Amino acid sequence: MGYFAKFAVPHPSPAIYASMIAIVVTVFLIIFGLTYFKKWIYLWSEWITTVDHKKIGTMYLIAALLMLFRGGVDALMMRAQTAVPDNKLLDSQHYNEVFSAHGVIMIIFMAMPYIMAFMNIVVPLQIGARDVAFPRLNAVSFWLFFMGAMLFNISFVIGGSPDAGWTSYFPLADNEFSPSVGTNYYMIAIQIAGIGTLMTGINFITTILRMRAPGMTLMRMPMFTWSAFVTSIIIIFAFPVLTIALLMGTMDRLFETKFFAMTDGGMDMLWANLFWVWGHPEVYILILPAFGIFSEIIPTFSRRNIYGYKSMVISMVVISLYSFFVWTHHFFTMGQTAYVNSIFSITTMVIAVPTGIKIFNWLLTMWKGRIRFTVPMLYSIAFIPLFTIGGVTGVMLAMSAADYQYHNTMFLVAHFHNVIIPGVAFAVLAGSTYYWPKIFGFMLNERIGKWAFWFLTIGFSLAFFPMYITGLDGQARRMYTYSEASGYGLLNFVSFIGAAFMAISFVLIVYTIYYSIRHSPRHVGGDPWDARSLEWATHNPVPEYNFAIIPQVDSREPFWDAKYKRYELFKGDYKKIHMPNNSGVPFIMSALFFVFGFALVFSMWILAVISLIGIFICMAHRSFEIDHGHYISVEEIKETEVKMGGNHK
Amino acid sequence: MKVDHSQPLEYSTEQNRLNILGFWVFLGAEIMLFGTLFTSYFTLVDRTGDGPTGAEIFEIFPVLMETFLLLTSSFVIGLGIHAMRLGKKKAMLTFFVITLLLGLGFLGFEIDEFMVYYHEGATLQTSAFTSMLFTTLGTHGAHVTLGFFWGLFIIIQVAKRGITPATANKSFIFSLYWHFLDVVWIFIFTFIYLEGMTRV
Repeated sequence: MGYFAKFAVPHPSPAIYASMIAIVVTVFLIIFGLTYFKKWIYLWSEWITTVDHKKIGTMYLIAALLMLFRGGVDALMMRAQTAVPDNKLLDSQHYNEVFSAHGVIMIIFMAMPYIMAFMNIVVPLQIGARDVAFPRLNAVSFWLFFMGAMLFNISFVIGGSPDAGWTSYFPLADNEFSPSVGTNYYMIAIQIAGIGTLMTGINFITTILRMRAPGMTLMRMPMFTWSAFVTSIIIIFAFPVLTIALLMGTMDRLFETKFFAMTDGGMDMLWANLFWVWGHPEVYILILPAFGIFSEIIPTFSRRNIYGYKSMVISMVVISLYSFFVWTHHFFTMGQTAYVNSIFSITTMVIAVPTGIKIFNWLLTMWKGRIRFTVPMLYSIAFIPLFTIGGVTGVMLAMSAADYQYHNTMFLVAHFHNVIIPGVAFAVLAGSTYYWPKIFGFMLNERIGKWAFWFLTIGFSLAFFPMYITGLDGQARRMYTYSEASGYGLLNFVSFIGAAFMAISFVLIVYTIYYSIRHSPRHVGGDPWDARSLEWATHNPVPEYNFAIIPQVDSREPFWDAKYKRYELFKGDYKKIHMPNNSGVPFIMSALFFVFGFALVFSMWILAVISLIGIFICMAHRSFEIDHGHYISVEEIKETEVKMGGNHK
Repeated sequence: MKVDHSQPLEYSTEQNRLNILGFWVFLGAEIMLFGTLFTSYFTLVDRTGDGPTGAEIFEIFPVLMETFLLLTSSFVIGLGIHAMRLGKKKAMLTFFVITLLLGLGFLGFEIDEFMVYYHEGATLQTSAFTSMLFTTLGTHGAHVTLGFFWGLFIIIQVAKRGITPATANKSFIFSLYWHFLDVVWIFIFTFIYLEGMTRV
């Protein structure tokens, strides 16, 4: 048994044992269910081997919802622990593990795949393409993300969770202070998912630059496509920095190198700098597509075109540039000179300008519009004031002298949740509701969706606004408990109630999905929202080839013009369509990455070498493979189009 | 597959053009990767702890040999692509084989260089400087090693399948990769070795 001792969890608790049992039961149920309903072949041939951007996007969506659940449970545990003074629900070690997992999962394994889901599903449709530039690479991206997420998630039952915060600062993250394998999981799981993200960036830059429908110039692209393009560029510049930082961190932990060590010339601040040189642009990688989603929803439900298209594009590009010049504001208190801090204060505050332009553009889009208060629109309308409050507190934090008061307090926690939840979380929830008929062919129930929205918005406000006050009163973040005399008790209890409201909202969202699967009418037509851009010009759900005929574009809102100005989108006749073939190799290779990562976490070198060779064999297989794809014949297209309701021809 | 005959073979289909653009974007990411390594190197170069400095361990001969071999290989692969465009399969293959042999020679010298450093007491664990030095050089060396196998696969495919739009595309993209490794090496040679040897 000595060999297996290293897989034991160093700080077990009843909750972890319960999770172990729950995981075993779930895995058993999934295997049993797939076998009983004879779905293995369906799963393999329709999903695991797919290279279809819509199916890959759907898998991102499902994975993101699962991770939202996991990260949300972590959040509830934290709020429950701090609900009353001197609480004994979690001890300090568990609290460390929970907030570390919460941060990593919410940013890297929930928000990122959720954004990727929309990029995958929407961008090719918005630009009138049949798929992305590299469909096979797209599958590799997804499966690498998925395996990275799985690797990270097994840490808490095998070997121990990371416990050095989602920023994993050195020297805390070094072997001396974080002796469990938890931080190994952090370094390697994020690395694997990050490689997938980098490939997504390459894929979408190429797709957007080269695969737009005829007539769609750059300045006619829909806002969401613009945001996906800018985000992809940020990914290309930011993620390699993370790759190197994680490589160095991994080597420090596995091979005792001295990059961030306390001795032999090591420099712990190098980690903080590299992490945030990636980390700050990462924030914009998430928020820009979120802005893009709002920029699609607001015009649709105001029945007006977006106000200030050019300024929207320019502000987005400017934000992407600035995002690389502000990273030091994450550690104003960590030893730079006042001169350096001042420069980064100014660059940080300047970002409020292009963001403010966007806020005004959304407001002016709604101005005199005929607003329909659907669920996606409610999220978008609530986003504007809430996000603005988060932005204003961001400018407060940007003042480096004042930051000495706010740094590492709950004020900061309130600030970044105040931008991420109304910004990113509202956007992806709005986007899910908005694009649900596009993906699945039926609408989500509006009534339950509105209940979920109100619970989320009120819950969010109750949970996070009190933190501004406790933060200013000096409550430090990441403290697992506080004394009664501190006086933080009442406001923390309010936060807990807010968190419970948010949990109810999650339950309602799941219930909406369940209810709508059971009761929503099918056949909603191609355009249930009376929308404006090209993704609505095809059927719901979208056929494999997206568009039977590639649309021709001569304005910013070609679909709107087709509906109301008699513009002809689809000219010419059906031709046979070339499509890429499915492949199981991306899944197998990513699974080998999982094994490789797991082997590295536990320093099992033989297994690591074997799985690495396996990865190279997969790459070699791809090099030698001859794959011309396949054609969909004109007869098949006609058949599908008639079956789908024959929007055109 | 529509083939456009007014273009060189490697650009002749839409997928080929996508592949080349995508690879340029990938090289952009690679520039950031090595840029991060160089930045970290400059940050840690004087943080030698009790270990040796660059000036104490660097030797000019192996470094010059590595430079000579890699730069020549970059020139030779250029000849290979030229031969490919002329449709001369045999000449192309010969140049590609020479390229890879020169790459192997480079790797041989680099491994030997690492062994020497190791025996002089500069290991991966000695100091922040040596950790960074080995990681920067090692990342480049790993790229060359990977490139060796990639090039080998392409040689086999060209030998078996001839110069087609698909194989020409792969060969051209591989040549971009190989030239890129050369560019990185020029920076390594200048800012790690030359600068390190002349540092006082």
